[in-house]
Amino acid sequence: MNPGLVQFLMKRTLLSLITLGILSIVVFLGGQLLPGDVGRAVLGPLADARAVAVFNHQVGVDRPLPVQYWDWITHFVQGDMGRSFSFRAPVAPFVAEALANSLKLAALAFVLVVPLGIAGGVFAALRAGRASDRATVLLGQSLGIVPEFISSIVLILIFGVWLRWLPMSADWPEGAGPLLQLHYLILPSLPLVLVFFGYIARVARAGTIEALDADYTRTAVLKGLPMRTVMWRHVLRNALLPTITVVASLVGYLAGGLVVVETLFHYRGIGALIYAAARAKDFPMLEAGVLAVGVIYALASVLADLLSAALNPRLRAGRA
Amino acid sequence: MNAPSPARERLRAALHSGTLMAGLAILLFWIVCALFGARLAPLDPYADDLLATLSAPSAAHWFGTDQLGRDVFSRVILGARDILVVAPLATLLGTVLGTALGLCIGYVRGVLDDAVSRVIEALQALPLIIVALMALAAVGTSNATVILVIGFVFTPLIARTVRAAVLIESELDYVAAARLRGDGPLAIMFIEILPNVLPIAIVEMTVRLGYAIFFVASLSFIGFGIQPPSADWGIAIAENYSLIGSYWWTVLFDAAATASLVVGVNLVTDGLQSVFET
Repeated sequence: MNPGLVQFLMKRTLLSLITLGILSIVVFLGGQLLPGDVGRAVLGPLADARAVAVFNHQVGVDRPLPVQYWDWITHFVQGDMGRSFSFRAPVAPFVAEALANSLKLAALAFVLVVPLGIAGGVFAALRAGRASDRATVLLGQSLGIVPEFISSIVLILIFGVWLRWLPMSADWPEGAGPLLQLHYLILPSLPLVLVFFGYIARVARAGTIEALDADYTRTAVLKGLPMRTVMWRHVLRNALLPTITVVASLVGYLAGGLVVVETLFHYRGIGALIYAAARAKDFPMLEAGVLAVGVIYALASVLADLLSAALNPRLRAGRA
Repeated sequence: MNAPSPARERLRAALHSGTLMAGLAILLFWIVCALFGARLAPLDPYADDLLATLSAPSAAHWFGTDQLGRDVFSRVILGARDILVVAPLATLLGTVLGTALGLCIGYVRGVLDDAVSRVIEALQALPLIIVALMALAAVGTSNATVILVIGFVFTPLIARTVRAAVLIESELDYVAAARLRGDGPLAIMFIEILPNVLPIAIVEMTVRLGYAIFFVASLSFIGFGIQPPSADWGIAIAENYSLIGSYWWTVLFDAAATASLVVGVNLVTDGLQSVFET
């Protein structure tokens, strides 16, 4: 690696760390300051004032905010994410298990949607301006704005109730092997596929149109390369660069979709964990889950920078 | 013959845009239902009929009945009412606050701009629905808090777009002229620059409206949005989807209604954008 690239990646990593730092403050304030009296919020309006005071003292929310924040974040980075109000147990194992489950679901969704989205985008780009292009773009856009629970309901009706091809929840039997788990995860992954298809297709389409228009493509065609080679080597390679960045940014949005999809399909992932914690006003669990999502997002964007650097000679040379 | 004015040209383009007209038709349909739903609905959407629970679609109940025997057709007609109040108000709040914030940080620049931009970036690391969930868990859920939370969540997003436009406008001569004339920063921001960035803010607002409907529907579905006994579609689906295996009519029509509303708004946005671009 050359010094320019190392510097670029260092800078991006540092920026991600600053972002995470600010995010942790926002999350902390959201969990500790917004509820006002944490004990009152957790125990309810009818609880005895003394019980509320005891609760607040036990969980340490009667200390000054900066002290609480420092205590929370220094423990967090060491893997101690606090104790859950609902389970009276450390939060970290719950978050770790949920993240592992969500990773499976997310991986399946991405394996399905990335090739589909790219194919859709390239298909539209090759027919730019025609009705089939417009239809693909509008379809992708419309699917992207239909809430996941709506597409889930329709998909459950079609594949679960009427055709009976797929199980209607992600609750697989104990001891299920990877293939059976996969079978149970197909239906929950489809709503995410539908939501993301349009985003990926739009970026892939724009990238392809730009690459088709570029001088290097014209040169390649004029020097007599077969169309297939031009498409794979010159057009697609350049078209996919912006797509990678978009896929990374979708990792963040994905967690939002997971809240709804995992709840609906009874899947114990990070989205369901955040949702359950919000319902139960389990603020330590909620803060840990939300911050974990932020960390994943930051990791994904650093990874995207690495990937686009690896694929883009201009970045590799440190000139961009 | 006079050349047609740009405004009239745009109107012509708008009237000829198939997507815009189709979207407007869908949107108008639901607005009429929201406004006059009580009179249009054949039956009382809130009346239980415990002798006719979960009955299949028939001549008496076109879309069947739900667990409490309430007429699904009547409830679907009234289901748009709350979401069509909450989502536009939240979007409007976010647009007003976001435009003001974007004007300030874009014009004043400096440390304020840096600080606010960092916070906006940090917030974008989180999906909106999770930010909203966290805030609503802390402050409690009602139509008012949902409007406030979504409005605040939209504020930085709209501020970012407006800020970018303000940065460009600030370099133009009319701003320098106003400064030389001795106008104060507030006057320059809100009297000189605001009218020129308003179209951008408005297009951003229509885009956000689509997302607001998405969020309000999703939040209502998970119990953090509009609350029962509203006939809201998201609530209806949440209440009935465990019965989906045998009683499909309790969720399918609500799902179709939600989908048609979001797609309608999306068509309007798409049509408006292409009209403004040409």
